[in-house]
Amino acid sequence: MAVTLFLPTVLARLADSGTLQSEGDTVGQVVNDIAGRYPDLAPRLRDEKGDPYAFVTFYLNDEDIRFTGSFESPVKDGDELTIVPAIAGG
Amino acid sequence: MSTTVPATSELSNEEIFRYSRHLILPEVGLEGQRKLKRARVLLVGVGGLGSPAALYLAAAGVGTLGLVDFDVVDATNLQRQVLHGTSAIGKRKLDSARERIEDLNPNVKVEAHETPLTSRNALEIIGTYDIVVDGTDNFQTRYLVNDACVLLGKPNVYGSIYRFEGQASVFAAANAPCYRCLFREPPPPGLVPSCAEGGVLGVLPGIIGTIQTTEALKLILGIGESLAGRLLLVDALRMSFRTLNLRKDPECPSCGTHEITELIDYEEFCGVRQAAAADAAAQSAVPEITPAQLASRIARGDDFDLIDVREPHEWDIARIPGARLIPLGSIVEALPTLDSARDIVVHCKVGGRSAKAVQQLQASGFRKVWNLAGGIARWSDDVDPTVPKY
Repeated sequence: MAVTLFLPTVLARLADSGTLQSEGDTVGQVVNDIAGRYPDLAPRLRDEKGDPYAFVTFYLNDEDIRFTGSFESPVKDGDELTIVPAIAGG
Repeated sequence: MSTTVPATSELSNEEIFRYSRHLILPEVGLEGQRKLKRARVLLVGVGGLGSPAALYLAAAGVGTLGLVDFDVVDATNLQRQVLHGTSAIGKRKLDSARERIEDLNPNVKVEAHETPLTSRNALEIIGTYDIVVDGTDNFQTRYLVNDACVLLGKPNVYGSIYRFEGQASVFAAANAPCYRCLFREPPPPGLVPSCAEGGVLGVLPGIIGTIQTTEALKLILGIGESLAGRLLLVDALRMSFRTLNLRKDPECPSCGTHEITELIDYEEFCGVRQAAAADAAAQSAVPEITPAQLASRIARGDDFDLIDVREPHEWDIARIPGARLIPLGSIVEALPTLDSARDIVVHCKVGGRSAKAVQQLQASGFRKVWNLAGGIARWSDDVDPTVPKY
C-alpha cells in the first residue's frame, strides 16, 4: 500500500524532505521502512523496542493511531500519515 | 490580588462607541460585549504567544486580564513579542504589558502575578479565572497548566510554536480531551530544542497567539465551533492549516482515570532537574579555559588549535579569529584531521555543545583539550566586545 508520510520541519532535516513516500500494510511497516531508509530519523520516530513514544503522535489521515490499533493499524493506498511531535515554544 | 468581579458589566457610552464594530455583529451584540467585560482570562506567559493574546483580548474588551510572568524584557524578545517596545528593554514584562494594555484599553483591569506558575500557586491563581491561555515556553509549565485546568474544570487554550510550525487546541473544556490525551509524557530534556536554541520565525507566535485569542473569545461569547477535540497544525513555510481529530483518552491519568488528584512535581516529571545536574556534571568534568586565558595564549603566540563547534549559520554571525569551524555533529568524521599531540581549545556559543565535543575528543584519546568557559558569548563580554552576541 502506498502511503504519504508528512514530517514536521524539526524532523524533516533528518530525511530528504518533509514529504516521503512509503509502502506497507500497517503503520508499523511504514514506520520501519522510513526508519530503515533514514537511520538518523529512526530514533525520533520510535523507541529502541520499536514502540511509539508518548511524546510523538501519529495521525493516519485525521485519526490518532492510538485509537485504531497503534502501529498495527492497517493502511490503504493513498493514506496519509502525519507525525506530530510535542513542541513547547511560546 | 483582588478576586472580585467587576461591579457592573454595563457598558458606558465610551465603551459602546469603542466596541461598535462588535456591537453591530449579531453574534456578539450588547450581551456578547457584556460577557466579554465580565470575563476573566489568565495569560500564562506574556512572551511570543502572550503578546498578541494580551493585545487582542484587551482590545476586544475582556474585563479582566490576569498575567503571569517573572521575566524582564530583553532585546532578543522584540523580534516577536510585540507587546513590548524598545523603551521597555530591562523593564519587568508585567510592567511593560500593563502600560501597553492600559494605553490600548483603559477599561481593562490588569492583574499582575509576578511569579513562576508552580504546583504551590497554580490552583489558587488559575482558580479565580474563567479561561487560561497557555503561552508558556517549556514542557513542565504546560503539564502543570493542563493538570491544574483539568482539576479546576477551566478551559485551557493551548498554543505552541517551533521554528516555522505551530499547534493550537482547546483542552479541558467540558468533555474535551486534555494535553495529556495528546502527549501522555514529555520528551526527554534536550531532545526538543527551545525557541532560544532552535529559533522561531517572529510572526509565528503572532499567528498562533491570535488563533488562541480567537478561541478564547469564542468560548466567552459561546459562539462558533471550538477547537476543543481538534488539533490545529500550522506550517508557515507550506502555509498549510490542518485540523486533526483529538480524542479523549480513557486511560489519560489527568482527565480519563483521574488518578492525578493533585498537582505533582513537574520538574521531576519532565526530568529537568536530573538533566540540569547531568549537564553541570558534564561541564565541570571537562578542563576549562577562560576567555581571558585564551586571549593571553593568543597574544603570546602559543601554538594550539581553536575549534568552533557551532553551526555554519552561527559562524556567519560571529567568530573568534583563528578558529576552525567543525560543527558538533561532524566532529567524529573530522577526527583524522585533528592532531592529538597539539593543544586544542574548543568553543561554542555558551559552552554546552563544546563541553560535549571535549568529551568526545577525550573518548577518542585526545588528552590536551580545553573547553572555552562561557563560549563566544563570554568572549564578547570579557575580551572583545566588537564580536556580536546573538
